[in-house]
Amino acid sequence: MSLGALFFVVAALGLIAWFVARARAVAFRTGRRERFSALPGHHGAFVALWTMLPPLIFLAIWWFTSPALVTDAVIGTAAAANLPPPGFERAAILSEARNLSRGEAFGAFHDLSELLAPAYAAAQSRYDWIATALAALLAFAGFAFAYARVRPTFAARSQVERIVMVLLLLASLIAILTTVGIVASLVFESARFFSIVPVTDFLFGTHWSPQVIDPRDPGASLGAVPLFWGTFFIGAVIAMAVAIPFGLMSAIYLTQYARPSTRRWMKPVLEVLAGVPTVVYGYFAALTVAPAVRDFAVSIGVSWASSESALAAGLVMGVMIIPFVSSMADDSLAAVPNSMRDGSLAMGATPSETIRKVLVPAALPGIVGGVLLAVSRAIGETMIVVMAASGVAQLTLNPFASTTTVTKQIVDLLTGEAEFDSAKTLAAFALGLTLFVVTLLLNIFALIVVKRYREAYD
Amino acid sequence: MTDRAPTDWRTDAMRRRIVRRYGAERRFRMFGLGAIILSAGFLAFLIVTMVMQGAAGFTETRVSLPIDFAAAELTVTPEQLRGDRGNLALAGAGLEGVVDGAAGAAFAQQGGAELLSDGAWLRVRDTLKANPGMLRGRTAIDVPVATDIDVAYKGDGTPEAEQVVAALGDRLSRGLNRDFFGNADATDPTRVGIWGALKGSLLTMFVTLILAFPIGVLSALYLEEYAPKNRWTDLIEVSINNLAAVPSIIFGLLGLAVFLGTFGLPRSAPIVGGLTLALMTMPVIVIAGRNAIKAVPPSIRDAALGIGASPVQVVFHHVLPLALPGILTGTIIGMARALGETAPLLMIGMRAFIAAPPEGLTDPATVLPVQIFLWSDEVARGFVEKTSAAIIVLLVFLLAMNGVAIYLRNRFETRW
Repeated sequence: MSLGALFFVVAALGLIAWFVARARAVAFRTGRRERFSALPGHHGAFVALWTMLPPLIFLAIWWFTSPALVTDAVIGTAAAANLPPPGFERAAILSEARNLSRGEAFGAFHDLSELLAPAYAAAQSRYDWIATALAALLAFAGFAFAYARVRPTFAARSQVERIVMVLLLLASLIAILTTVGIVASLVFESARFFSIVPVTDFLFGTHWSPQVIDPRDPGASLGAVPLFWGTFFIGAVIAMAVAIPFGLMSAIYLTQYARPSTRRWMKPVLEVLAGVPTVVYGYFAALTVAPAVRDFAVSIGVSWASSESALAAGLVMGVMIIPFVSSMADDSLAAVPNSMRDGSLAMGATPSETIRKVLVPAALPGIVGGVLLAVSRAIGETMIVVMAASGVAQLTLNPFASTTTVTKQIVDLLTGEAEFDSAKTLAAFALGLTLFVVTLLLNIFALIVVKRYREAYD
Repeated sequence: MTDRAPTDWRTDAMRRRIVRRYGAERRFRMFGLGAIILSAGFLAFLIVTMVMQGAAGFTETRVSLPIDFAAAELTVTPEQLRGDRGNLALAGAGLEGVVDGAAGAAFAQQGGAELLSDGAWLRVRDTLKANPGMLRGRTAIDVPVATDIDVAYKGDGTPEAEQVVAALGDRLSRGLNRDFFGNADATDPTRVGIWGALKGSLLTMFVTLILAFPIGVLSALYLEEYAPKNRWTDLIEVSINNLAAVPSIIFGLLGLAVFLGTFGLPRSAPIVGGLTLALMTMPVIVIAGRNAIKAVPPSIRDAALGIGASPVQVVFHHVLPLALPGILTGTIIGMARALGETAPLLMIGMRAFIAAPPEGLTDPATVLPVQIFLWSDEVARGFVEKTSAAIIVLLVFLLAMNGVAIYLRNRFETRW
């Protein structure tokens, strides 16, 4: 049986187990008047959980591991002796054979995959049978174990609740698992990269051209400083030059000046701006903003302006960040005690003087924290720079020149036609690790700033 | 006590000062209003641009093509056209050649078969299947034209194409492009459709939802209701808050290294996309869920405990149902974000050219935002309107989801 069908069978078995156990519990209750430790439904749930959980856990593990087991079995057959060495071609032949064996493909590009298809089908059905048998065995073992415990004195409810608590704990451990997965995969692949390229070359080298890597000295063309500069320039300078004034002024206007009716429809507009997918911003940047920026540059006399300038990507990214800065500033301004504002107004200051000289300075730590979070979001932003920035890495202060960013390079490196283990693809993981560490530090730092500031007025 | 006369507000110096201060006040206020209006204006500009460009993407240009089927002598009988076999029968009988021949005869001055879209003969095929009687006679069928003519008819073509359009005159017409909602990706812009990408998106979202929603809700319940205050709980909290702020492309790297590299799952498959996006969406659901659970007043818990409910019963019978509207709102917002996400899916190979809609969770697929990205990279002019049309479809979906979330929030949220 296929895995999907097995999941349904297990669920059906669980339902049957629930009815059987409940019926038994109802049976021993009828005609007796003493106190019972659990309701019939609890007994049912207890047996059903024991029937379903073991096979489901097994199937979940099986689902991840069996494709590799099947492939290993196929490689072990005689027909697989002619396979090319591990690499792209081998993977292509194997996946073609797999599709043929499932009847999903009709013709084969490689002759060998036609030979391997029957082996695939045989291995697949053999492993499917093993999975079916093991799942059935586990379900019945679990059922027998639990069913033997359905007795009047058995505290089924506390047992069920204990299982539920374990499930809750497991669910919350997924978050740790994800974090560990991210760190482990980034560190592992980066370690392989740094065994080829010295860390110092990568972090301090000023020449980035992954298209031509000298195999004797790969570090010479994998210096990431131009990328770091481009990321900082686009994300932290140009984007923030747009986002901070606009975001801050919108927050001030919305919280201090706007009528409630205006605020009611202005806030959703800003939220929509935050909800537009980044690929749409990217398309807009590439199609509309970038040519406009180039034309503007040409009209002020910069004839060599790039149509993939840092300015276009940065401007659109800034617009994307406005709602984020605005809502952070909104929160910080709202946290300033009203007595400070009232005091200033009572002294005769105009509202704008109160805002500029009292509210904003008082809210400054919160605003700074918000801006740091915004920067961390901007430098991790991918689609806008992939679509609007260029791939040419250069160290420049000119906003009309082309610059590239870390995220853009990660995408370029990993979507090209290269084998997976080259210095080129591993470099993407090293860049990813750098990005992860920098955004993490920014976030932690920003949260500390915000937290300390909140405590000051609480 | 100092002896000071009260300020004389009527002196010129004081008046000038007041005027200056009030002027500064007005300017500051205008600044704020300007910032809001410019932000809203940018949104309006973006949407108007997309709608203006994209509206044409939902239509196609057709040319009336006269075909003499009687003279073409297709070796097909009307009976053979019924059902699925009709497609094979007509393709086998060389219908494509007949259509090209008819175009060559009718539009010799305008490039012959070059004038028609690659998919024109498919339109003829479908028309024939609907009206088998046409096989015996001479008839004119509206078929889609090639992309440069299409673009020119919509008003943005090359001079040569404009001449062809002028020469054809009223034999050209415009209609709704139904193929756009039924096809997948293609190399000819007149034949592309978003159904393939939309289906890929739906499958991916399905995987994301069935993974992220239960896990997110359960961990929110655990952290908010049961978790003891210790180092492990702190660690879980810190990782959830950090995951919510990790750049999305990092999740793509995780998917590439773990799901594709370690587990050997198929590339470009909705299942891998769904897994990756689920890891990304889960923290959003957890954070929204915790806020919703926190908002349920403690008196509810005390009352339930007081009449003898166990801690699990308190949570699942009372707290969770009351917090559900808030959790659902957060889930929909997280799902909307996942639906618009592109970068992590590029990493796991969903940028391949996929010409058929996926049939299952492990088939190669693409999703709407990635399709938009792929089309935006195409050089052919006809792809511009298709990209914008796909963006409109994506935005409509996102607006609908956010609308549902806002409705849920207003309809079911209780203020305690």
